[in-house]
Amino acid sequence: MASITLKNVVKRYGFGKSTNQVIHGVNAQIGDGEFVVVVGPSGCGKSTLLRMVAGLEEISEGEISIGQRVVNNLEPSERDIAMVFQNYALYPHMSVFENMAYGLKIAKVPLDEIRARVDKAARILELGPYLRRKPRELSGGQRQRVAMGRAIVRQPQVFLFDEPLSNLDAKLRAHTRLEIQKLHRELGITSLFVTHDQVEAMTLAQRMIVMNDGVMEQFGTPEEVYTRPATTFVAGFIGSPPMNLLKNAPDAKPGTIVGIRPEHLDITAKGWSLNVDALEMLGAERLVYGRWLHGAGDELVIVRCAEDHPAPELGSTIHVTPRAGRLHAFDAATGKRLPI
Amino acid sequence: MEKRVVFRSRWLPWVLIAPQVFIIVAFFFWPAAQALLQSVQQSDAFGTSVEWVGLENFINLWNDETYLASFYTTAIFSVSVAVAGISLSLMLAVFADRVVKGALIYKTLLIWPYAVAPAVAGVLWLFMFAPSVGVVSYGLRAMGVDWNHLLNGTHAMTLVVMAAVWKQISYNFLFFLAGLQSIPKSLIEAAAIDGARPWRRFWTIVFPLLSPTTFFLLVINIVYAFFDTFAIIDAATQGGPGKDTAILVYKVYYDGFKAMDLGGSAAQSVVLMVIVVVLTVVQFRFVEKKVNY
Repeated sequence: MASITLKNVVKRYGFGKSTNQVIHGVNAQIGDGEFVVVVGPSGCGKSTLLRMVAGLEEISEGEISIGQRVVNNLEPSERDIAMVFQNYALYPHMSVFENMAYGLKIAKVPLDEIRARVDKAARILELGPYLRRKPRELSGGQRQRVAMGRAIVRQPQVFLFDEPLSNLDAKLRAHTRLEIQKLHRELGITSLFVTHDQVEAMTLAQRMIVMNDGVMEQFGTPEEVYTRPATTFVAGFIGSPPMNLLKNAPDAKPGTIVGIRPEHLDITAKGWSLNVDALEMLGAERLVYGRWLHGAGDELVIVRCAEDHPAPELGSTIHVTPRAGRLHAFDAATGKRLPI
Repeated sequence: MEKRVVFRSRWLPWVLIAPQVFIIVAFFFWPAAQALLQSVQQSDAFGTSVEWVGLENFINLWNDETYLASFYTTAIFSVSVAVAGISLSLMLAVFADRVVKGALIYKTLLIWPYAVAPAVAGVLWLFMFAPSVGVVSYGLRAMGVDWNHLLNGTHAMTLVVMAAVWKQISYNFLFFLAGLQSIPKSLIEAAAIDGARPWRRFWTIVFPLLSPTTFFLLVINIVYAFFDTFAIIDAATQGGPGKDTAILVYKVYYDGFKAMDLGGSAAQSVVLMVIVVVLTVVQFRFVEKKVNY
């Protein structure tokens, strides 16, 4: 097992004028045995970052180390990593057993040990009955488990996951999320997990990296990211519905943006006045969309209240109060968090 | 998700397929039927007298040493063409798949030979290897090889194989390139992470995944070597020296149109027809089954 250190990692494509920089100096220290999720919208460079750790993309600038070794110039096979791909990348002409044994055979592991390791992984992942089958004879979930099995049997220092759950249906995804958590508890291998799904990120991560446009916006525990978002991007990306980012809140200082999560606004007798614009019933809760009544610029404010709370009428006026200590402030120009 | 047009009219569908039917009947079925008929007949060189002889033409074939020799020649020729053509084009396709800069030019140049008519290809190679004036034979002589395909059967065979392979490489190349591009990149990456070096990745991942393409091309190339190389041989060696490059299809032509043995020539055509039917059946049987990865 090993830690992963990213020092000023930069990725550029192309030369000269047509240079396209997609990652702008990422610094991060991932501890030994830690489970870190990289999350961000598509095109933010999260997969590229992972592929640089894997050795599938060159590192344009900066340094990546796994354990004590700088791996910049090492082949993927020399980095002691295993990767689970989004499309699983199972070898279609090989059986499940052969798929899992391929890397071990190349490493010239004795046949007895290969069998022992594959059997063990198959037991953990409940793949025992399918070892003789070809990938095309398996369901999506089973294929995903084979891909995990192929990673496990190599006993690497680091697991890399590139959106491994995005091809599964919602139910299976939730189930597999739990399985991955369990697996990480049992094996304790340092893991880097890339996803665009914030629920996956929040539930799996011990710490998470939120990326946007090739920049690391925040690196922290899910709780930190939720309660103290470092930038307006993080505030808007994590949480559903996203945090209200308000330029025209009644008591806002000029040049700042006030942030308040919909669940931290309570409908009260007095407070910010809103005109109810739309209502959404989600089951356990209700979303109220309101617009300012105090004459400032037009903005939409989302309020989330429990389902048993009486629903306001469309077009009526309500008053809301932010909960104590739940207000955030950001610099309007840079988007960075300001102390309250 | 089948899209189907339903015609109200009874005759319109027939009219629409009539041109195709006409072409198939006039240029495929009718000549084939003619060959079948002629193969059981004996006629004189002018076609004035026709006699029913049953299977005598076929029996004569099996007793004809030159026919059996032609079979042997054809086997050598088609196996050489198929093996050399497939391996060379696979190599070129693997290279082309890696080229980033100028890939389009490289690919276009590789596809060009396919646009050259077979007879022209034969003449091209004939010129290059002409014993007295050819540029390649000049170079070969400088290296101590006394090239003369007009006298040396092995030289002649080498020449027609080269010309035939050159002509077919484009076709094979296209299929291999398409095959290579349909292999997901992540498979190769997974193999790289698993520790496989490029050579091993090729033989354990890429080549097995290309096997349906390879098998398809094997059949296509054998059919090509059997039939479509007639013009190359006619232009380059005319089956010579002696009968050293007279493959079956050339012998059909020679016996029929030069030696005027129409019955024997037709019988040979029928044998070729059977061979092509067998190859086609093999093709459909095995390829269809193996493609679905």
